[in-house]
Amino acid sequence: MQPLDYLRESPSQTAGPYVHIGCTPNFTGIDIYGGDLGTHMKTGPVQGTEIILKGIVFDGTGTPLRDAMIEIWQPDAAGLFPSANETRGKADPNFTGWGRSPGDMTTGEFTFETVKPGAVPFPDGRMQAPHITAWIVARGINIGLHTRIYFEDEAEANAADPILSRIEHQNRVPTLLAKKQEDGSYRFDVHLQGPHETIFFDI
Amino acid sequence: MSILNTPPKPAGFIPRDRAWQPDALTPPYKTSVKRSPQAALLSFPTTLSEETSPVFGHSMLGALDNDLILNYAAAGESAIGPRIIVHGRVLDENGRGVPGALVEFWQANAGGRYRHKKESYLAPLDPNFGGCGRTITAEDGSYEFRTVQPGPYPWPNGMNDWRPAHIHFSIFGHGFAQRLITQMYFEGDPHIKLCPIVGVLKTQEAIDALTAPLDMNRTVPMDSRAFKFDMVLRGQRQTYFENRKEGL
Ligand SMILES: [Fe+2]
Repeated sequence: MQPLDYLRESPSQTAGPYVHIGCTPNFTGIDIYGGDLGTHMKTGPVQGTEIILKGIVFDGTGTPLRDAMIEIWQPDAAGLFPSANETRGKADPNFTGWGRSPGDMTTGEFTFETVKPGAVPFPDGRMQAPHITAWIVARGINIGLHTRIYFEDEAEANAADPILSRIEHQNRVPTLLAKKQEDGSYRFDVHLQGPHETIFFDI
Repeated sequence: MSILNTPPKPAGFIPRDRAWQPDALTPPYKTSVKRSPQAALLSFPTTLSEETSPVFGHSMLGALDNDLILNYAAAGESAIGPRIIVHGRVLDENGRGVPGALVEFWQANAGGRYRHKKESYLAPLDPNFGGCGRTITAEDGSYEFRTVQPGPYPWPNGMNDWRPAHIHFSIFGHGFAQRLITQMYFEGDPHIKLCPIVGVLKTQEAIDALTAPLDMNRTVPMDSRAFKFDMVLRGQRQTYFENRKEGL
């Protein structure tokens, strides 16, 4: 029989303890490039509701990771992506949709200043609940972890969401919900393992 | 119009081959023990959220971004170590070059020392070496950068573990689903088969996929040796027949 001539995806390797040197060098004190990519998601006045999203990535002992890198990717307030692959319309020109955070050097807490995302459709045309996609890498993580950040205050949309509604263990769904805090920010902590382990996606 | 006159439609990314990729829990690499999810991953076909990505333009690059020998060096000076060129292509699983991909790389200096506050190896810093660079792939997916060959270094895991010489890579293609971080090793390094991080790879084929051969064709005589390193990102499924609006 003929061989299938597809290539194999490159094997992943851990980002290691010094991912910040490569991806956020200015954060580590290496003054280069005129700034770190992904620091600012807003490049001017933006449409929609501006939000602050914070969280910490915890290991299985409850210890915060201080050597992780978190990236998020999301549509603008109207549900459009600032991407070359976006065919449904033109996204907010002052919004990049992409953020990258090394977390705080001492506490590990990441912060993103962004906008509340609009809803985007599932491949079958149903609307998904507003969400942000997230990707987490660090020393000890052999392959980057994908998850999604939904919003606790979008109960109706969440209940109708094609992915959230198909999760077998519904008691784990809250691990995917950002919770509004008294100061108005949203909190999304990530637990790599343990009783509150975040749902991670193979997507 | 006949479907034969139109190109096939992209239909989401090919699922990641989890049997080929390393597992999350790999006890000989100790840090993975408490940082590995234990529940099964939630499998879903990609959606717009994963099939889109930001655009990185070549205009954002500085002239020395892909030259680690000079990009942190004082005027008239350069980083110390064996001068090398690393080049190759970013491809997808369908074998096509991926243009416009953001490729970032970082590494220890020639003595095996990283420029980082938390790094305590006794090998000295090189004042002219920062240890990071970046580039964006050309139309055919090709990329190239110049650096010094990094040294192996000891790390806290077992009592006497050493990393083979390696360069870390972060690759950002056309979809968030393609996001990948990996490491490049050098042909012939005896530490490769001893390293617990290399050891998370499941097959010799996977180790070979991350091992760059010496490429004499791309050396610059009397100046720099060259190593060739191709990287493969997930590919898009292609179909003439699927109408995604009517079902998965
Ligand atoms: Fe390293």
